[in-house]
This record gives sequence, structure tokens and C-alpha cells, in this order.
Amino acid sequence: MSGIPGSLDSIPILGILFQFIGYALANLEFISNTTVAVAVPITLAALCGVLCERSGVVNIGIEGIMLTAAFVGWFIAALAANALGTGTPTPYFGLTLPLVIGLAAAIAAGMLVALLHAWLAVTLRIDQIISGTIINIGAAGFTGYMYSLIASQSLVGAGSFSKLVVPPEVEGVPIVGWLLNAVVGQGPIGITTLVIVVMLQIMLFRSRWGLRTRASGEHPRAAETVGIDVVWLRYRNVVASGALAALGGAWLSMEQTGGFNAGMTQGRGFIGLAAMIVGRWTPVGAFGAALLFASVTGLSQSITISRPTGDLGNLMNPVPGEFWEALPYIITIVVLAGLIGRSIAPAADGVPYERESAT
Amino acid sequence: MSATAPTARSRLSAPAWLRKLWLLLAESVVAILLALVVGGIGIAAFSGLLPNHSSFDLGLPIAAYGALWSGAVGSTNGITSTLVYSTPLILAGLGVGLGFKAGLFNIGGRGQFLMGTVGAMSVVTLIGSSTPGYITIPLALIVGAALGGFAGFIPGVLKATSGAHEVVTTIMLNYILVFTTYWAISGPLRLPNSPQPITVDVTTRNGALPIVLGRDGHIGILFALLAVPLVWFLLYRTTLGFELRTAGANSDAARYAGMKTRQLIVLAMTLAGALCGLAGATTLLGVVHQIAPGYDTTIGFDAITVALLGRSNPVGIMLSGLLLGGMRAGAQSMQISPGVPAELVDALQAIILLFLLVNVLRRWRARRAPGGSASASADSTEIAPAFGMVAK
Repeated sequence: MSGIPGSLDSIPILGILFQFIGYALANLEFISNTTVAVAVPITLAALCGVLCERSGVVNIGIEGIMLTAAFVGWFIAALAANALGTGTPTPYFGLTLPLVIGLAAAIAAGMLVALLHAWLAVTLRIDQIISGTIINIGAAGFTGYMYSLIASQSLVGAGSFSKLVVPPEVEGVPIVGWLLNAVVGQGPIGITTLVIVVMLQIMLFRSRWGLRTRASGEHPRAAETVGIDVVWLRYRNVVASGALAALGGAWLSMEQTGGFNAGMTQGRGFIGLAAMIVGRWTPVGAFGAALLFASVTGLSQSITISRPTGDLGNLMNPVPGEFWEALPYIITIVVLAGLIGRSIAPAADGVPYERESAT
Repeated sequence: MSATAPTARSRLSAPAWLRKLWLLLAESVVAILLALVVGGIGIAAFSGLLPNHSSFDLGLPIAAYGALWSGAVGSTNGITSTLVYSTPLILAGLGVGLGFKAGLFNIGGRGQFLMGTVGAMSVVTLIGSSTPGYITIPLALIVGAALGGFAGFIPGVLKATSGAHEVVTTIMLNYILVFTTYWAISGPLRLPNSPQPITVDVTTRNGALPIVLGRDGHIGILFALLAVPLVWFLLYRTTLGFELRTAGANSDAARYAGMKTRQLIVLAMTLAGALCGLAGATTLLGVVHQIAPGYDTTIGFDAITVALLGRSNPVGIMLSGLLLGGMRAGAQSMQISPGVPAELVDALQAIILLFLLVNVLRRWRARRAPGGSASASADSTEIAPAFGMVAK
């Protein structure tokens, strides 16, 4: 229990809180590193949602896009590695040709699935929740089918990207080193995500494209009267958002691990949607919410790895492991239900747009 | 729907409802056939990944579909198996369809099903082996349905009180309930002195559903078939059903008419959960008999497919449940004999729904009709009411 005087720990109920803070501080490095890493795919899913919903398209197929991209990225990278050989990875990020090919394929696949959603939602004006559900069912079916087929082969994966290593001199600096390690100690997709969050925030609120996007999400008819092509804009945004969700999927199968598992997205697309809502449809807010959800995972992983001692340990250790695994989902529901009334969606979110001339 | 201009054919004397029914059936059949064609192309495209098959092996889809067909309806055992697979699909499909009618998109079938399983298992575990089956089984089914209903009640209350959308909350709840199930079988429901976390076998506690048909056709099949007219009666012949359908079609109108839409949301989600829970309980008592580690289900997505394909109508749900049950039963023999993975059915479901929503037949008719334009925009309201993201 670093830094906290032992006398505080023995105060009856409040002492547990101090012990908890002490535990969190003692394991801060592990918790913060895990949190930022776990937040990456959730953030990307949330950004995908922001991009879609700001322009007026609800996308609950994010989970499916991520799953498809995770599979395609891993599979194509493995095929490329078998055909071309892995080659020597670059010193930073461990880039190899097969991995880069796989990543490109994952992004392309994600954009293709998103294009399907755009066609169903924007052109055919199908109920967007049903359209997203079809994408989720289809992605689970397609990846499950392919994974079972490949299971009979012995396909060797192409490995994974590696994390940026902060030089030991910098890491030693008290707070800066820790912060830098948590934030920058990521693979290429993780670092890119941080850049995208900032970029998207600026673009959405400071650029012409951002204004047009928000206009067509709030009042598409008004947007169309000032010359914005709402249909084309929604198409572009949904397809671009597919690339973001695809990065999230690729992170799972190519950066976190070097493998694929059926249903490996584990609801992250939906947690991303919750993060988007809690973050009030802004990129930075969504990132913050993703960090909040991820910190629960970080904490619960820390508790299962290094168990707390003392009174805190007596309180927490009998809690079954399944509870810690379920905790991120519980927190998501609680935060969502607690905040939703104060978080207002774009006015035309999920409403299919029909041109006046078409009717 | 103004696009289908009257043609000479419409003056023939077939009643309107019959023509509508015919159109709905034709649309479904066209969607299914097109999905089979696309699925077949998919099987052939990746046939090279199967051992002893060349790439683009056109014989493989034919062999796969042949095995699917004979596995589903080719023998008495096949037909029984189809009925057994259909049972939870019809029950959970009725639950999801009931939600659709009330304007709710319940993706929580998976968690509700698992809660039904855990509920029924709890009863069987607690009750001694001396209790006769006619007490154990009804009690287990009731508790299973009640626990499933509770799993639907939570997102219902969350939506009614805070407006949290049920799509996100039911999915989150699914994961929570999956972990709850793992916890239950490794803790309170664990068979004492067993090396791995596994529950008691219900057959040793008089808890197995009686077999009424063939080798494994349990009595749960009759429950599912009985639930169809019951849900139909509830939806179309009771005040509650009228209120549910009104709230689903137009919640503003329902509220102005004095209906308590918040209570209706909670009630609809609870009923939907109870039906999914019953599906879980019958599957436990009739088919799997014990919960082993990693026990899980695809019923959440399957039930959505069944409800959408059945246009949320109980009779339609029964037919689409039988269809999907047949596919699930046939997939088992397909996986054994030409070796095509059973996950094909999951992919086929999505393709069927895609063609159903794109509605090829109606577009084609609209284009042929004189003066018809492309304005036969997929009328998904006919398949399910619109699901607003914003709660009212």
C-alpha cells in the first residue's frame, strides 16, 4: 500500500475505500496500460457510430463489421505469410508485409460491409436496426463458417504487430514515464486511434465536411436545400466509418493477439455504441467513455492477476471470477441507463431521408 | 405501396387477404431460394479449404443441400429431429415477434434462454429424486419461464424509466447472463464431487420431458405448437394484445388514447423473456438434460430470423420456426457427410433476411406494373414495425 498511511486503512468502512485507492495506485501501471489498450477497439467502434449517426444513419452492425474485419485481416495475413514468407519485421511496430496486406484487406472488408449497410439504410430505406442486425447475423455466420472450414487445415497465422517500447531513460521519469508508457506504449492501430480521435473531433466541429455531416444528421431537408447532397454524404460517412470499425476488428486479431476466434468481438461494437451515447456523439467524449468502460476491465483484470490483501482482499477475493468478467457489461448498462436522458441524439438519427423530388 | 397499380389480374375474384397471403408466401419462398443459390455459390467458392475437395467444386453445394434435406425430412428420425430443433425456435420466435409487435427489438434471447435453462436446472437440483416428474417438470418449466421473464423485465424497466435502448441493454445483459450461467454451474448448481463444473443429469431426478414421438421427440414440441394459438389469441383477441400492437404501431397515438405505454414496454419485454426462458427450459429438460461448461446458444439471432421471416405473426413464426428447425437438424448430417460446417445455416439466415428485406419479388413486380416506378421501396413496416432509437 504505497503512500497511504496504514492508520487510514483501519478506519471502519472508509478504510476499505483507502485500501482500494492504495491498491489501485500500487497497480496503476498495469491498470492504466490495460485500460488504454482495451479502450482502443471500443473507441474505434464508438467513432464508427459517431461518424454514422452524426450524418443520420444508425449503425448497430458495428459488431458485425468488426468481426468480419478481424477474420479477414487475420486470414489474409496468414495466407500472405504462407505465400510470401513473413520477412523481417520493422524495428518499430513489427510491421511485416503479410500483416500490412492483412490490415489493408481488413479495412477493405469493413468498408464493403459498411457499404452494404449504407445501401440498405440510405438507398433502400430499410429499418436501420434490422439492417444492422442482418449484418451482425451474417458476420457471425460467415466468420464462424470460414473458421470451421479452416479448422481442418493447419494454417499458421502471420503473428501480430508489436507495441512501441518507451526507452528506459524516459520510462524512469516519475509521472511522465508512466503516462507515456500507458498512452504511447501501443501498437500501430492503438497509436492511430489516438490520432483519429483528435482529428475527428476537430474535423467534425471545425471543417466544412463536419458542418455538412452535422446538418444532414440534424435536418437533412434543410441541408439539401442549401445544396448538400445528403444521400452521397451519408454514403461516404457510413463507408468511411466501416474503415474505423474494421481497424477495431483488426486490433483484436492482429494487434492484441495474433489469432482469430469465433465471436471474438464479445459485444465490443455494442459497448462502443454505449460509449458513443455516453460521450454525447463527440469523438473525444466517446474516447473518454471508452476509457471509463475499459478502466473497469483493467481493474478487474488486475484483481484476478494480483489479488488484493488485507480487509480489501477479504472483501474482494471471495467474489467469483465471473463477476469481474461481467463487470464491464454491468457498468455499461448502469452508466447508459443513468446518463441517457441527458444525452441527446442527432434529430434525424435513424430516419431514412427521402428527396422531395423522389416522392 | 401505391406502386402496384391495378392490373387485369386483380379483377379476378380471389379475396384480398388470400392474395396478400399468397404474396407474403411467394416473397418468403423467393428469398429462401435466392439465399440457397447465394449460399451454394459461397460453398463452392471456399470448397478448396475442405480436405479432398478441389476449389470451385460445384458438386459440393449439391451434396451439402442434399444432406441438409435428407437430414431434415428424409427419415422419421429426421422429421422428429426437425420438430425437436423447431421447438425452442418457435417459442423464442414468438417471444421476439411479440416484442416486434410492441415495437421492441429484443436481442436478449440468448440471455433469456440461458436464464430459463438455469431456472429449470435450479428446480431439478433442489428437488429430491423422490419427487415425481409431474411435480418437478411443471415447476421447472414455470421457474425457467419466470427467470427468463425476469431477464426480459430488466431491459424493459430500463427502457421505460431511463430510455436506454433495448438493443444495447439486452446485448450487454446477454454477456452478463452468460457469465452468470458459468458461475451457476461452477458454484451452486455444480454436481458435488464431480471433477469438472457440470450439473446433475435431469433424467436421474425425474426431470426429463416424456418422449411422445419417435426416438427423441419430447412433449415440449406440443408446448410450442400450443403456444402458437395462445400468443395469437393474446395479440389479436384481447385488450392487452390490442394495446401492445397499438403501442408498437404508433406509441404517440397509444399514449393519447390513454394507454400506459411504459407499462406496456415492461410487460412486452417480460412476456418475450418468459417465452425465450421457456425455450431454454424445454431444451434443458427435453434435449440436453444437463448443463456442461461452455453451454451456449445461437437462439438470440435465430429467433430474430424466425420472427422476421414469420412477419411477427404467430402462424408465420410457426412455419418459419419449422423451416429453420429443419435447417438446423439437417445441418448436423451435412456437417458429418460432405463435411460442410453447420455454421452455414447462420450465414444462410442472414442472406434470407437480406433478400426478404430487399424484396426482390415486389421490386420486380413494381417495375413491370404499368406506371410503376422504383418507389416500391422496401416496405419493412410490413415485416416489422419501425424501431425508433429514441424512447418515448
